[in-house]
Amino acid sequence: MNTPQRALPKLAVVKLASCDGCQLTLLNCEDELLALAGQVEIAHFLEASSVVRPGPYDLTLVEGSVTTADDALRIRRIRAESRHLVTIGACATAGGIQALRNFADVDEFRRTVYARPDYIDTLATSTPVSAHVDVDFELRGCPIDRGQLLEVITAYLAGRKPDIPDHSVCFDCKRRRTVCVTVAHGTPCLGPVTHAGCGAICPAYGRGCYGCFGPGRSANLPALIPLLRRDGMDEAAVERFLRTFNAAAFDEAAFDEEPRS
Amino acid sequence: MSELPVPYRVIGRRDETPDTVTLRIEPAGEALGPFAPGQFAMVYAFGRGEIPVSVSALLPGGHLAHTVRRVGAVSQGLCAARPGSILGLRGPYGTGWDLGQALGQDVLVVAGGIGLAPLRPLIHAALADRKAYGRISVLIGARTPDDLIFKTESLLWPTAYTGVTVDRPDRGWTGEEGLVTRLIDRARFDPAGTTAYLCGPEPMIGATARELVHRGVPAARVRVSLERNMRCATGHCGHCQLGPLLLCRDGAVVGWDQAEPLMAVREL
Amino acid sequence: MAVTKHGEGTSRGKATARTEATARTEATAVIDRAGLDALIKTLTADGRTVIGPTVRDGAVTLAELDSADALPWGWGTELDAGHYRLVRRTDGAGFAHSSGPQSWKTFLHPQREKLWSAERGPDGALTVRDERGEQPSYAFLGVRPCDLRAIAIQDRVLAGGRFADDGYQERRRGALLIAAECTEPGATCFCVSMQGGPAADAGFDLALTEVISDLGHRFFVRVGSEEGARLLAAVPHEVADMDTEARARGGVSLARDRMGRAMPPVDLRTLLGASPESERWDDLASRCLTCGNCTMVCPTCFCTTTEEVTDLTGDHAERWQRWDSCFDLDFSYVHGGAVRTSARSRHRQWLTHKLSTWHDQFGSSGCVGCGRCVTWCPVGIDLTQEVAALAAEREGADDE
Repeated sequence: MNTPQRALPKLAVVKLASCDGCQLTLLNCEDELLALAGQVEIAHFLEASSVVRPGPYDLTLVEGSVTTADDALRIRRIRAESRHLVTIGACATAGGIQALRNFADVDEFRRTVYARPDYIDTLATSTPVSAHVDVDFELRGCPIDRGQLLEVITAYLAGRKPDIPDHSVCFDCKRRRTVCVTVAHGTPCLGPVTHAGCGAICPAYGRGCYGCFGPGRSANLPALIPLLRRDGMDEAAVERFLRTFNAAAFDEAAFDEEPRS
Repeated sequence: MSELPVPYRVIGRRDETPDTVTLRIEPAGEALGPFAPGQFAMVYAFGRGEIPVSVSALLPGGHLAHTVRRVGAVSQGLCAARPGSILGLRGPYGTGWDLGQALGQDVLVVAGGIGLAPLRPLIHAALADRKAYGRISVLIGARTPDDLIFKTESLLWPTAYTGVTVDRPDRGWTGEEGLVTRLIDRARFDPAGTTAYLCGPEPMIGATARELVHRGVPAARVRVSLERNMRCATGHCGHCQLGPLLLCRDGAVVGWDQAEPLMAVREL
Repeated sequence: MAVTKHGEGTSRGKATARTEATARTEATAVIDRAGLDALIKTLTADGRTVIGPTVRDGAVTLAELDSADALPWGWGTELDAGHYRLVRRTDGAGFAHSSGPQSWKTFLHPQREKLWSAERGPDGALTVRDERGEQPSYAFLGVRPCDLRAIAIQDRVLAGGRFADDGYQERRRGALLIAAECTEPGATCFCVSMQGGPAADAGFDLALTEVISDLGHRFFVRVGSEEGARLLAAVPHEVADMDTEARARGGVSLARDRMGRAMPPVDLRTLLGASPESERWDDLASRCLTCGNCTMVCPTCFCTTTEEVTDLTGDHAERWQRWDSCFDLDFSYVHGGAVRTSARSRHRQWLTHKLSTWHDQFGSSGCVGCGRCVTWCPVGIDLTQEVAALAAEREGADDE
C-alpha cells in the first residue's frame, strides 16, 4: 500500500454556493498537510493552487449548495469524474444559510434588491448536493471540524468507513463532563437533536447549542420544541433558532411525521 | 475488551463466489485455540478494523480457514488478503454448535448462502466420526448458483443425503429450485431422534426451524446461529444483545426453544 | 491473554473480605472537618488521586480534590424530572446533595481509552502492543450507597465473567471507596424501591455519615476494610460517642422514608420481560429525544464501541474504546442496516435491559434507583412513571 512507485490517489476539492470556510479547514490542517501531500496528489484545489489536473479523481470533497441551474449541471459532471464524492459543510449537506430562500419568494428578492433583476440567474431553492447526485459521505458542520475532515480523508485512504458518529451533541457534553445547560440552567439548547461533531463547544461555554451540524438522523425535534418554549422562547424565537445554517434540514425534521425510522 | 489480536499468516486463498473468499491461515507466532466448530474469531484487517468470523475449517497444525463475504470495509480488506498477508486474530469466542448433543442421533444440517461456512467444520467433525451418529444429511440453499460455496467439496461428502437448491436458477442450472425447506422431504431422518444445525439469513432459519419442529424435531435440538453487531466479543460492549442473550457469550448458537420467542419480537 | 476465571472478579473477592471484616469488628469513630481534610491529604500523600464532589457550572460534579475546602459545603440540590438546581443551605452541610450529572464510572470506566496499537512493518509483519499502561490509584470520597451498588454491578459486568476488562479491573482494584451515607435524598431518588436504601451496606473502605448539631459539624465513621482502618488510624479521630452515632443512624433511617419517588411494587423483571409489545412504548417514543443522556449519566450503563484510528501514512493504527449508547442508530448496525431503527425499539431495549434482561445476563437488576436518568433527561422522562404505566397496561390486559 505504501510503496513509493504507486500512483498516488487523486484528491479534488471543489465548491458550489458557499463561503469557502470549509475548504479553509483543510488548509488549516497545518501539521498534517505535508503528510497528506505525501499520500495524495492534490489535483484540483483552487483555494490552494491554480494548477488544475484533469479527472477522474479518487476522492472529491464538495463544498457548497446547488443554487443555480449551472451548479446542478456542474455537480453531475463532478460526480461522473469522482470515484468517491464526499460533501463537506452545512451548505453541501443541508443547503446552508442560503436555504432561507426556500421559505421566501425569490422573485420578490430579485425585484427588490437588484437594479437589473434580469442579470440574476438563480434557482428558487438552495439544495444539498445529495438532492442532485449520489453522495458517498456527508460531513456536517458550519464550518466542518478539522479532526473529522482528517478522519474522513484518512479513512478513505485506509479503505475503511469514516468513524463519524451520528449521535447527539449531548454525547459529547457528557463525555467532556459539561453540565447540561438545559437541565441545570434552563438554557434553550438544540444539542439533543443535533448531530455531534463539533465536540460540544457552545455548552462548554454555558451557551445552548445552535445546531450548526444540523439534525441527527433520529432527531425528535417536535419533542424538543415545548422545552424551548418553556425556557423562554416564543414561537418566532424558536423559528429563528432553527433557521440558521441548517434551516432546511431542521425544517424537514420539525414537520416530519415519521421522523424516526 | 482486553484481549490483543495475535498475528496469523494467510497461506492460501480461494475465491468461492464473486464476492466470497476462503482464507487459510496459520499462526505467525503463538497459536490461539483450540476452536470448536461454530466458534468464531475476531479477525483484524490492519487499519480497517475487526469483524467476527466463524471458522470454516479446523486444519492440522493449528491452521484455520475463514470464509468471508465482502459486505463492508473490514470484510473487503480481508477479501483482498493474499498469501503472505498478516491478519490479527482474537478468540475463540462463542458457544459453538455442540455436536455432542447429536451423539447417537440423526444429524440434519441446513445452510443458506454463506451460512454453510460455519457449518463446514461441524460436517467435517461428524463425518470423521460417522459411527457416533445416525444418518447425516446436509441441505444447502443459495440465491443463485453463483452464490453456492464449497461446491466441489460438498459433492464429495459421504453423507446419507446432500441436497442443493437455488432461488433463482441460471440457464445452466439443472438442480433443484426454490427454498431450502423444499429439501427437507428428501432427507431421511427420524424427527424425534434428530439434532438439526441451521445457519443462514434469519427468515430462512425461522422457516426451516418451524418446519422441523412441526415434523417433530424437539425445539431445543434445532440449533440455530444468530447475528447481531459485535464489537468486543468478550461480553463487555453490549452490542450483541438479543433480549436476555449476549450472543458473543451465550451464542451465537442457541436452541430454537430460546430463539423463537426472541425472533418473534420486531426490532429486538 | 487476560482471562479471569469465574468467581475471581476483583469486586466479589474484595466485597466478601470487607463484609467479614465489618461483621467481625464494625469499628466506628468520629472525625470533624479538619479530620476530613487530613484524610484527603493522607490519601494524596499516599500517591492516590482523590476524587470527590465539588461545585462547578451550577452543579455538584465529581473532580480531583486537593483539600476538603473544595467540597460543596452549604450546597443542596433541588431536583425534578429534567430539572436540577443548586440551592443554598444554612447548615453548611457538605454531603446534602444528590444525583449529580456524573457517576464514578467517569473514572472507573472512562469515556475513551486506548486499548492497543498496531504497526505494520515493511514486510507486512503485524506488531500489536498493549496500550493500557499503568492505571491511576484512585480514592473516591463521598460515594453514595446507590453508587456503591452501581460499582458492584459494573464489577460483575466488566470483571466478573469469563473475560475481564483489564483496564477497568486494574483501576477498580486500586480504588479506595469512602462512602457518604444519605440523609437528604432527592426528589428523583428511589433506591429504597430498588431494594437498596440510604445506608452503605457493603463494598466500602470507610463510610461517613454527616452529623450537624449544637455539638458541631462532624462525621460518624464506620470502617469497612483493613485499608479503611489503616487510613482512619492515620488521621485525627475520636471514639464514636453515643449522640453522634444515634444522630447518624437516625438521620439515615429517616432518609429511607423520604425518597422522592418509588418504583411500583411489582416484579420488574417479569413485567418488562412480558411487555415488548406494550402500547406505552409508542407514547414514550413520541416524547423521547433519543439523545442518550440517560445512558451517559447512568452509573451502570457500560456499553462501548471501538474506534480504529489510523494516521495518514497508513502504517500505524490504534484501537480505542469509547462510550456508546443503545439510543444510537448505529448501535445495532449489521450489514444491511440497523436492527433497532425506531425510537420505540431503542427505548424499549434500554429500559428492558436495565430492569429485566440484566438479571439474565449478569445476575441482578441494572438499576440502583439513583434517579440520574430522571433528573438529567432534558424532557423529563421518568422511568418510575413509565414502569407504572406499563404495569397498569399489563393489569388492564390481565383483567380483560
